[in-house]
Amino acid sequence: MSKKKENSFEESLNRLQEISDALESGEVGLEESIKLYEEGINLAKLCFSTLKDAELKVTELKKQLEDNIKQ
Amino acid sequence: MKEVVLSVSEITGLIKQTLEESFSEVSIIGEISNFKAHVSGHWYFTLKDSNAQISCTMWRGVNNYVFFTPQDGMKVIIGGRVTVYPPRGNYQIDVRSMKPAGVGELQAAFEKLKQKLSAEGLFDDQYKKPIPKFPQKIGIVTAIDGAAFQDMKSIAARRYPLVELIIAKSKVQGDGAAADIAKNIKLLNLQKDIDLIIVGRGGGSLEDLWAFNEEIVARAIFDSKIPVISAVGHEIDFTISDFVADLRAATPSAAMELATPDKDELFAFINEFSYYFPEKMLEIISNYKEEISQSVSSYGFRLPQDLISSKSQQLDNLIYRFQNNYETKLRAVKNRLQLLESKIESHNIDNVLKKGFAIIKQDKNFVTRKKNLLHEKSFEIKFFDGEVKIK
Repeated sequence: MSKKKENSFEESLNRLQEISDALESGEVGLEESIKLYEEGINLAKLCFSTLKDAELKVTELKKQLEDNIKQ
Repeated sequence: MKEVVLSVSEITGLIKQTLEESFSEVSIIGEISNFKAHVSGHWYFTLKDSNAQISCTMWRGVNNYVFFTPQDGMKVIIGGRVTVYPPRGNYQIDVRSMKPAGVGELQAAFEKLKQKLSAEGLFDDQYKKPIPKFPQKIGIVTAIDGAAFQDMKSIAARRYPLVELIIAKSKVQGDGAAADIAKNIKLLNLQKDIDLIIVGRGGGSLEDLWAFNEEIVARAIFDSKIPVISAVGHEIDFTISDFVADLRAATPSAAMELATPDKDELFAFINEFSYYFPEKMLEIISNYKEEISQSVSSYGFRLPQDLISSKSQQLDNLIYRFQNNYETKLRAVKNRLQLLESKIESHNIDNVLKKGFAIIKQDKNFVTRKKNLLHEKSFEIKFFDGEVKIK
């Protein structure tokens, strides 16, 4: 799960497209197709909920600078 | 009359007093030349017209209140007083205020800077950086309490709430605004994770927007490693920062729309996959089914089955033929048996014996001819009603 969070939203969307292209190409076997299908469905669900639950975050640069110094 | 002899210091002191008292508050219109902004923060320049010129100084702290950076050739109206500097024996204007002689002067300054930076290549397309499609952090250089920032926030929240806004609050008009904006662009560039910067402010007069026409801002935008969208004032307002930025937006709201993907479109995009994947999977599976059933009914797969059925047919034939044969034979055997039986019956000896004939047996065999009888051995005579042994 933590690995998935590291992936940016953009990467997830790109992956969805990749999976779609792979399924469309017809060049993957049945077993691989099923794996891709499961990954795709889960990823689509994740993307949907990520976007749905997102709340805009606003930070002052001054605050970020201070946080960076602390780190 | 006694000749009065003054020392240089005395006369200079008198001149200083006279001039400074007479011209303690003057307004002068003239054209700037030899403008120098010293590292100390003081400004030195000459104000001139076609027939005369006068030296001017404007001290740091005072010149902060000038909303624009003066350029040579710019016609300005200055306010100040005359001062005399005894060590050099010269006089100058201690400038307290400065404003352009007219809006035309700002326009002229704008055009001049635009030409200069354009000639240097700051506006060239080859330097324009692409705007990221899915920014994770957007740095915003604007006034934190301005309507522009509120607009940008609400648009970001509506369109792409996954983004984080880093607000570098800036002075956006009046003295020191340009320096503040430039500083904040540089500060954002020191951050490691900012994907995009929006610099801008809401609408206002040319003077209000002037900070975005300053060279210091233009250079900070040009030097930014992070892509910059410039969004100053309204649609009709063009500033130098618009030309040097990687992308110009008509308004701050428009900038945020350009900077973020649309949530509804993304939902539609994701949903399409949610529908597409199961449909595609069903299609793939049914394709496989089709393929299998085609393979099964193909000649290659049909052959063994045909072999089997032809062999079994052969077997059936054999069985049929065998059964047929067997029964025929059996019937023939039975017939023969019956024939033999009737023959045997017709030859039944008892019937002959009954008639009064007798037969001779020797060693269990019938003796039917004279030459077969062995004389020295005993024999039996079989009558109908019994046998008699003859020694």
